[in-house]
Amino acid sequence: MRRRELYLLALIALITGLSLWIDFTPTIRAGSDPNGEQTPPNAGQAPWPSAGVFWRDAHTRLGLDLRGGTQVLLRSRAADITAEDLAAARQVIENRVNGLGVSEATVQTSGADRIIVELPDVDQPEQALATIRSTGKLEFIDPLNPQSGQREYLEQGRLVRTSGSPTPSLGATDTLTNTQNITDVAQLQQAMTGPVFNVVADGAELKSGSVQPGIDQSGQPIVSFEFEGDSATQLQQFTAQNVGQYLSIVLDNRVISSATIRDVLPGSGQISSATVQERDSLYNVLRYGSLPVGFDVETSRTVSATLGEDSIRASEIAGIVGLIAVALLMIFYYRLPGFLSVLALLIYTAISFALYRLIPITLTLAGIAGFILSIGLAVDGNVLIFARLKEELRRGRSIASATEEGFIHAWPSIRDSNIATMITTLILYWFGSNFGVSIIRGFALTLGLGVMVSLFTSVVITRTFLRLVVESGAFRNYWWYAVENPTQPSVSRAAEAI
Amino acid sequence: MLDLVGKRYWWFAISLLVIIPGLIFLVMPGGGLRAGIDFSGGTLWEFVIPNRSEAIATSDIAAIYQRAEIEPNVQVSPPNDQQQVVVAVRTKEVPTEDPKRQEIANAVAQAFPGTTLSRFETVGSTVSRESTQQAFLAVLVASLAILGYLTFAFRKAPHPVRYGVCAILAMLHDVILVLGVAAILGYFIGLEVDALFLTALLTVISFSVHDTIVVFDRVRENLAQRRTGQKFEEIVNASIVQTLTRSINTQLTTLLTLLALLLFGGFTIRNFVLILTIGLLSGTYSSIFNAAQLLVVWENGWANDWRRVFGRERAAA
Repeated sequence: MRRRELYLLALIALITGLSLWIDFTPTIRAGSDPNGEQTPPNAGQAPWPSAGVFWRDAHTRLGLDLRGGTQVLLRSRAADITAEDLAAARQVIENRVNGLGVSEATVQTSGADRIIVELPDVDQPEQALATIRSTGKLEFIDPLNPQSGQREYLEQGRLVRTSGSPTPSLGATDTLTNTQNITDVAQLQQAMTGPVFNVVADGAELKSGSVQPGIDQSGQPIVSFEFEGDSATQLQQFTAQNVGQYLSIVLDNRVISSATIRDVLPGSGQISSATVQERDSLYNVLRYGSLPVGFDVETSRTVSATLGEDSIRASEIAGIVGLIAVALLMIFYYRLPGFLSVLALLIYTAISFALYRLIPITLTLAGIAGFILSIGLAVDGNVLIFARLKEELRRGRSIASATEEGFIHAWPSIRDSNIATMITTLILYWFGSNFGVSIIRGFALTLGLGVMVSLFTSVVITRTFLRLVVESGAFRNYWWYAVENPTQPSVSRAAEAI
Repeated sequence: MLDLVGKRYWWFAISLLVIIPGLIFLVMPGGGLRAGIDFSGGTLWEFVIPNRSEAIATSDIAAIYQRAEIEPNVQVSPPNDQQQVVVAVRTKEVPTEDPKRQEIANAVAQAFPGTTLSRFETVGSTVSRESTQQAFLAVLVASLAILGYLTFAFRKAPHPVRYGVCAILAMLHDVILVLGVAAILGYFIGLEVDALFLTALLTVISFSVHDTIVVFDRVRENLAQRRTGQKFEEIVNASIVQTLTRSINTQLTTLLTLLALLLFGGFTIRNFVLILTIGLLSGTYSSIFNAAQLLVVWENGWANDWRRVFGRERAAA
């Protein structure tokens, strides 16, 4: 048994060390380089879990109510929108949101016909809303630079002027936020003085239903398409003259893809991609360059950053004061076991915050409240065990046996009560997902995670600590367990002694 | 030993006394719950006005809205320690793109220099209607799931369904109490029921059941070691007394954290924490004084139990 406890202690130390390291590791944000310049969001994010914990973008994510920003709930105007169309619309909106240059923006579908867009740090929501709801303009362009007379390879993401829309914009020409958008504005300025590329075919003339994903004979993923009207004729003429040259696809003045022309395209053709994911995103752009259906803004919430800062400060103080108060109460009432449970509680806090960073869980005000409440739950497990421990000591058991009995008898209530809390948490989470109010989901997540972590800390960690301390023999006096030395232990009266 | 079960009708009477005022406010004309924008739709504006040592007249703010032909419901907080005044305004639904949003924000900033529109939330009527349905559904589903789990967990005890039903009854006690308090606070200080309130209510539900289970669990354990001739109510009473210290200590630790949140947790979640505190107190009360006592009443038969308790009292007097 001694050996098992030592192994567990080593495991606990490892988990605690790892958690602390994750908690206090300097903030490494995706896409920020040592000079502090911003690259587009998601650019530097390592994939999970192949690259391992150590490459993960580990920083605490704050919800909009804490850092400020705008949340928009969009609802499809068509009541019977298919899941496929909704997913495609989400993709289109995400592309546009990424185009805004807002870091850590999220776009999620919600229920059968809604999309939630969250834009951190955006506190002037009109411009963002206009961009999200705009109808996209899809063009196939000839990458011939009229200034140099050369055909260029236009890299993905570049902003260009086209003969169809010579004045690109970022939804609106103003910056959305003070800092996030510097790169885009610089690009925009560059593009405004750059060359105007000729439109070969206009996305409005793509034959409806002709865009199809597939795989060619050599096994490469492809998207096939067919134009009609003038675009079909122009595409045929252009490709006939320029086999071996580039053709670029542009959505809202941003280059989506540049492909080499292999053959004459008689109005219809196919584009091959390196990967299926690339193919699918191209397919979405071609098919849904504009949103498949219109969306109405059903709910929008904007919170300023200053309000968020105040809330963070207040919650931090509340958390620390709460922890200290609980620690004092536990040590005062249960002495040695109480002290060990406070250690377990600190480990609990470290593990929880490490998990928030890793999973990641976006911390909202309600989420923090959920966490502070879960401290109560974590302590409750210990209170149950220690109350039983004292009871068994009063019945005249030895310290070692009372410790074991305390855990054995307290376990069913800990298990049952925590399962019941988990059930409510799951229902809250499900409800929050349908509801479109992310605070409920955040609360359910931190509370549910708290229940699971606290089972580990209040049972496994405390038991290991307590067993080691009891076995060390240093604390034989009953005073340490807040029980008077039982002179005449009486089993029948023990229960009444409380 | 402390006899808690013997006084069960006293505890039930106290519960009724506490619940009834809230119930009156819930059903009386002009009372009921005040639905926030999450449940009724509309727009919430929140302004932070700096450098104020005294509050602002609500009529000053209301006049700005009336000029834009919007009927407002204005609430002004007293200045906080940073000399900021927070103004919360409820209006009908104003879309974010509506130019009136900026016009009003500018007008308020002109009247009170330095003002920022710190929060602007607008909720459509469809989504708010669905939210209300979902809220009822969530409480219903949670209750059924807990009932199911408790029946399963107590399957070896006699009459396992009773444990689930009594836990749910104790939980309903807390739900009704919290709703009643919300109605009273709604009437007097304009407290609104929003998504955060719902979160608080669901937390109260889960904590109430959590507490009740700990007591029931002890009943189950003691039943398994029942001595011949030991009455059911004796077992229940012993179980409640044995878990009393734990119930009080757990309640104390949770109250301490809640108190910290209430004192330092900031303006936005004050009502949330207040509702939680009341609900958790009620949850501890109902798990000690209602849930297990109802088991006894059920065991004795409802009418029989009443006659036994009050028959005995008359005989004693």
